[in-house]
Amino acid sequence: MEPACQEWSPGPVDLDRLDRVLAEHAGGGGSLIPVLQHAQDAYGYLPRVVIERIARALGVSPAQVFGVATFYAQFRLKPVGKHVIRVCHGTACHVAGAEKISEAFSRELCVPDGETTPDRLFTLESVACVGCCSLAPVAMVGGETFGRLDGPRVGKVVKDFRKREGA
Amino acid sequence: MSEAVKTKILVGLGACGIAAGAQKTLASLEEGLAARGLVAELGPAGCMGMCYREPLVEVRRPGQPGVVYMELTADRVPRLLDEVVRDGRRIDEWVARGEGLTGAEDSFFAKQHRIVLRNCGRLDPERIEEYLAQGGYQALGKALRTLTPAAVIEEIKLSGLRGRGGAGFPTGTKWSFAAAQKSAEKYIICNADEGDPGAFMDRSVLESDPHAVLEGMLIAGYAIGATHGYIYCRAEYPIAIKRLRIAIRQAEAGGFIGERILGTDFSFHVVIKEGAGAFVCGEETALMASIEGRRGMPRLRPPFPAVEGLWRKPTNINNVETFANVPWILQNGGAAYAALGTAKSKGTKVFALAGKVNRGGLVEVPMGATIREVVMDIGGGIRNGRRFKAVQMGGPSGGCIPAELADTPIDYESLNQTGAIMGSGGMLVLDDTTCMVDVARFFLDFTQKESCGKCTFCRVGTKRMLEILERITHGHGREGDIALLEELAATIKRGSLCGLGQTAPNPVLTTIRYFRAEYEAHIREHRCPARSCRALIAYTVLADKCTGCQVCARACPVHAISGEKKGLHSIDLARCTRCGLCFDKCRFEAIEIT
Ligand SMILES: Cc1cc2nc3c(=O)[nH]c(=O)nc-3n(C[C@H](O)[C@H](O)[C@H](O)COP(=O)(O)O)c2cc1C
Ligand code: FES
Repeated sequence: MEPACQEWSPGPVDLDRLDRVLAEHAGGGGSLIPVLQHAQDAYGYLPRVVIERIARALGVSPAQVFGVATFYAQFRLKPVGKHVIRVCHGTACHVAGAEKISEAFSRELCVPDGETTPDRLFTLESVACVGCCSLAPVAMVGGETFGRLDGPRVGKVVKDFRKREGA
Repeated sequence: MSEAVKTKILVGLGACGIAAGAQKTLASLEEGLAARGLVAELGPAGCMGMCYREPLVEVRRPGQPGVVYMELTADRVPRLLDEVVRDGRRIDEWVARGEGLTGAEDSFFAKQHRIVLRNCGRLDPERIEEYLAQGGYQALGKALRTLTPAAVIEEIKLSGLRGRGGAGFPTGTKWSFAAAQKSAEKYIICNADEGDPGAFMDRSVLESDPHAVLEGMLIAGYAIGATHGYIYCRAEYPIAIKRLRIAIRQAEAGGFIGERILGTDFSFHVVIKEGAGAFVCGEETALMASIEGRRGMPRLRPPFPAVEGLWRKPTNINNVETFANVPWILQNGGAAYAALGTAKSKGTKVFALAGKVNRGGLVEVPMGATIREVVMDIGGGIRNGRRFKAVQMGGPSGGCIPAELADTPIDYESLNQTGAIMGSGGMLVLDDTTCMVDVARFFLDFTQKESCGKCTFCRVGTKRMLEILERITHGHGREGDIALLEELAATIKRGSLCGLGQTAPNPVLTTIRYFRAEYEAHIREHRCPARSCRALIAYTVLADKCTGCQVCARACPVHAISGEKKGLHSIDLARCTRCGLCFDKCRFEAIEIT
């Protein structure tokens, strides 16, 4: 694992929540992906112990669970910050300058794309089309969408979120 | 009815409306109504299509046709409530459109023909009553009570409907394959994975008119003899998923989904499966693997899904838009649908119009309309008066059609001839500031990352093509690179098992075909004619425009700009990272890209 992850330890994982997810969603064909989705909802990511426990509960090998978890972009094996910033790199946003938007976020947050800030407030990610192409370039912070971004507006968005957090 | 006496206010709450602040508009409408003691029925609606004018609000006063007001942000709400809702006047300068009125956006609709989008933005997607009031579920009733499954399939065949997910396979024929299979268990799958990274047709339909899609699935289920339906929807569409859930629950309560539907022998259940973020899962066999809980990797066909699909049972899979057409066809007859369009492409097609066009949004045109009509007449031409260069259609599987071919009619065969495809409906308009080599690189980057890795040609070949395109856009292109790209493209097309690899080279091939000179300028002269590739451009300050305001110098993250206050500034190109922040910040247009 990269050093960034080692600095911050997620602490012990409370497996009771996983048991509730398993009780509700395990069983029947094709339940692995929904179980992983709900487990990730519960923990924010998929800790190793959770993956192992899911494998045991569904009667498959941890390798198979790991294989599925790494195939799909939705699943994370590392914890994320409080606010996930998703910069759209869909076609419309690309031609409208998405690359510069990612760079601007990266500059404001002082972390590269894909990483989490040391204060664990923000994680910066790139995604494909979020479906608001007419507002390109677009980024989502948590559930909020921000359109028609440019370098200066990115700075403002980050500042506003920092203010909300009192940071 | 209460509708007749109460004013009705609809707020467009599709994803783009919400992004533009429609939630806040809705909240201030609620507050404002209460504060003024006004009575009105306030409700959400889906996407009205005019994404470029969001937030949109429609006001229907008793006994009068509705009027759609545009750019109705929260600060405009008080005036709307006072003048329109309370006093019954009209605010002409805000009118986007209205029956019998001249609205600012009439020309956006003039050439459209809305079948799939018939209800989008016209009703509250979270209330089945409104869908029923528009004649919803009557097509299902008609099919179950008066038509045999074979007659339903005949009607769909007669309509000439072809699959809207990209490949354009005739829908009626596909249904007849699954219908011919003898099996107690069969499945219907609705493909709502919408993977093209620049397309949002299916999202809008699901968010705005979920019952139409469900009704189409039910009719298909009856036609092929299926008892279960799956909707495979990408997880990135939370609003669509939420509204589908509500719609399924309401349809179950209304007796349209479940056991013995409408008192007949037909039973059908629908569940939603959320995708987990993999483009290849839009491919039908990969999608089924994903529903089964495995890695979404395509497999060889045959056996086709109609013979051996989900859980190895006969399965019929169609796209969202394909299903949304079905109720209309049964209601109005296959012949009415076939009357629209061209000889081989019938009906209408929905496009997500975006990019450098003035009016981006959701449009639906009869097949046979030209690209020019969509871009110029509906889309209102190119933004900022720039030159129309090309449209990209079909996303990563499609290609770029140059402006010279803008009179190409939109039908499957004509588009294929250009080297592009109809695709699922992404239509991205490009102007002279877009570099075509970069567009090709963008799509290759996408397909290379999304390749599932099963076929070597797709996995390694796309990577090699991407590397070549990267070096060209970085100014390190070599003589012979174009030929190398073409050779790789041919091999990948031949050596790949599924559509992802088979079509991945299309964006490269079409840009080479129509914009070869642009590739050559990059390779031979290390020049990007569109002034877009960062390694090949420079930012400079225009002496006659610079006021010495120092805004750019302060904004520059790498301190590459220097200059006295009120004096001419200059950019140290050795330090400059070409981030463009100075260009964005300058209010005097004093920064030039060369
Ligand atoms: C890589 C790849 C991605 C695809 N993505 C989608 C998609 O997102 N939505 C869709 O409806 N069809 C998609 N398809 C096409 C499906 O495989 C299938 O042909 C389609 O769902 C059939 O429905 P139709 O006949 O109604 O078009 C994709 C195909 C490939 C090869
Ligand atoms: S491309 Fe960014 S929202 Fe569609």
